[in-house]
Amino acid sequence: MATQHSRSVARLMMAPAVVLLLGWMLVPLTMTLYFSFKKYLPLRGGDLGWVGFDNYVRFVTSSSFWPAVQATLVIVGGVLAITVVLGILLALLLDQPMWGQGVVRILVIAPFFVMPTVSALVWKNMFMDPVNGLFAHLWRFFGAEPISWLSEASMPSIVMIVSWQWLPFATLILLTAIQSLDSEQLEAAEMDGAPPLKRFFFIILPHLSRAITIVILIQTIFLLSIFAEIFVTTGGAFGTRTLTYLIYQRVLESQNVGLGSAGGVYAIILANIVAIFLMRIVGKNLDA
Amino acid sequence: MGRIVLEKVSKSFGDVEVIPPLDLEINDGEFVVFVGPSGCGKSTLLRLIAGLEDVSGGRILIDDQDATAVPPAKRGLAMVFQSYALYPHMTVRKNIAFPLRMAGLDKAEQDRRVEQAAEVLNLTDYLDRRPGQLSGGQRQRVAIGRAIVREPAAFLFDEPLSNLDAALRVGMRLEISELHNRLGTTMIYVTHDQVEAMTMADKIVVLQAGVIEQVGSPLELYRAPRNKFVAGFIGSPKMNFIEGPEAEKHGAHTIGVRPEHIAASPSEGLWKGTVGVSEHLGSDTFFHVHVDGFAEPMTVRAGGEVGLRHGDTIHLTPEEDKIHRFDAAGLRIA
Repeated sequence: MATQHSRSVARLMMAPAVVLLLGWMLVPLTMTLYFSFKKYLPLRGGDLGWVGFDNYVRFVTSSSFWPAVQATLVIVGGVLAITVVLGILLALLLDQPMWGQGVVRILVIAPFFVMPTVSALVWKNMFMDPVNGLFAHLWRFFGAEPISWLSEASMPSIVMIVSWQWLPFATLILLTAIQSLDSEQLEAAEMDGAPPLKRFFFIILPHLSRAITIVILIQTIFLLSIFAEIFVTTGGAFGTRTLTYLIYQRVLESQNVGLGSAGGVYAIILANIVAIFLMRIVGKNLDA
Repeated sequence: MGRIVLEKVSKSFGDVEVIPPLDLEINDGEFVVFVGPSGCGKSTLLRLIAGLEDVSGGRILIDDQDATAVPPAKRGLAMVFQSYALYPHMTVRKNIAFPLRMAGLDKAEQDRRVEQAAEVLNLTDYLDRRPGQLSGGQRQRVAIGRAIVREPAAFLFDEPLSNLDAALRVGMRLEISELHNRLGTTMIYVTHDQVEAMTMADKIVVLQAGVIEQVGSPLELYRAPRNKFVAGFIGSPKMNFIEGPEAEKHGAHTIGVRPEHIAASPSEGLWKGTVGVSEHLGSDTFFHVHVDGFAEPMTVRAGGEVGLRHGDTIHLTPEEDKIHRFDAAGLRIA
């Protein structure tokens, strides 16, 4: 019953939400764009006027730009690989009927509810501390020299922390996908002579392909912007400075708002490229 | 070859015994239908034969070899599932070729067998489509194709037609029967539809609560049902059961008369009653008659164009030699 009248009422009712959302997005975006074309140093003279594309050029020609891009890609790629592979294995495991299934499932999901700052602190102090951390104790128990994780193996450490946070998400989505698989298909494959491993590769994995793309899409968007984990643990040192962290440093540590804003615009463009790319994959997957 | 023998096969899920020990012999080339109401254990029995469930006791012999502990793929049986269980991400060609690929046949042999099966099932034009792009009947044929290419000792069908609409079901019924005539392979077919059982089977196995009530050809079951359950299950519409004084006249606890073995007349007959609902099918007319003195209304088949309507008086006469007699336990009195 979408008459002309009810439609205009609906528009009116939706307007506040739409205006609010637009404002929420447009104001910061415009401000970022505005500052990116200015030389703006709050503690060193304030607004020093328009500089055109200077900030953009400086940001990409800086010696820390490419290492930051590389660090971002390593973290995103590493976390995606770990969460997808372990997520599939965990989902397969949790799909098996077992005693205490409900409790185990809740426990598996639990890390997702821990705030990034908190989980990073817990990992840093409880596990990775070279003197009192559990890993240090474990290493010493086997007579090995404890590793000072965050300085010697900074990248793997951060990938490990972030993977721990995102594994539940991947597991949850993949588990629901596995549960939606028609059991008769597996039985048919069994009768057709496919052993368990082949059943996994020919039946289960293709069935999961859509869920895997969704996991990759959503995680990529969130992983591009991880910040708290790095801020709390290494503070961007030892090669863990991602693009997001570099922008933060430009704006707050170097007090160069213009340069940071230009970096922000690059980040927006990068995120959109990824989004378009992934939307296409998901779209293609949903058609099939 | 496809001779399957069940010896004292039983199945329990936990404490619940769904199939008490039963014996059954299925000869090579036979079309056997397991029929019974839902929950009677017919699908479980089929899955036991397929190997998808492990037996709790007894032995399964396939071609005189003990197959009780043999995994499903090695039993040489092919199964067609109720939901077809096609692999949605593979084309029809790949679906049909899947068992051959798993068996490690070379590509040329795979193609040859797939083409052959597709020809038999009229699927040649659809080989490069995905299951999602096919109609219900075509999917059914792909599922059968996947079973055929394996050249199994026996085919197992688990309610294969229940997802199809009525018209298609009749067509597929014919196609499966024709396929059986052509291949001459043993087929075991599970259904809850007695019409499918009657039309397709060489041998019907009627099951109730995991127990075999009767085994026989469709007409044996129709003519001489061993008990009240089989009598009521086989034949459409259902047999009428009459208890009380009328049954005692025939020296039985219950007598049964099929709707088609009762003559209806507006003027004279043995029993007098009023017409309740009348169903005019053109070729036949079914009357639901409330007979004076009987607890249950009776169903009666009359010729195509009998002009009786709701509320009219009707007289019924059963054919004496077609009356089935049952004792208090529901068993047939010969």
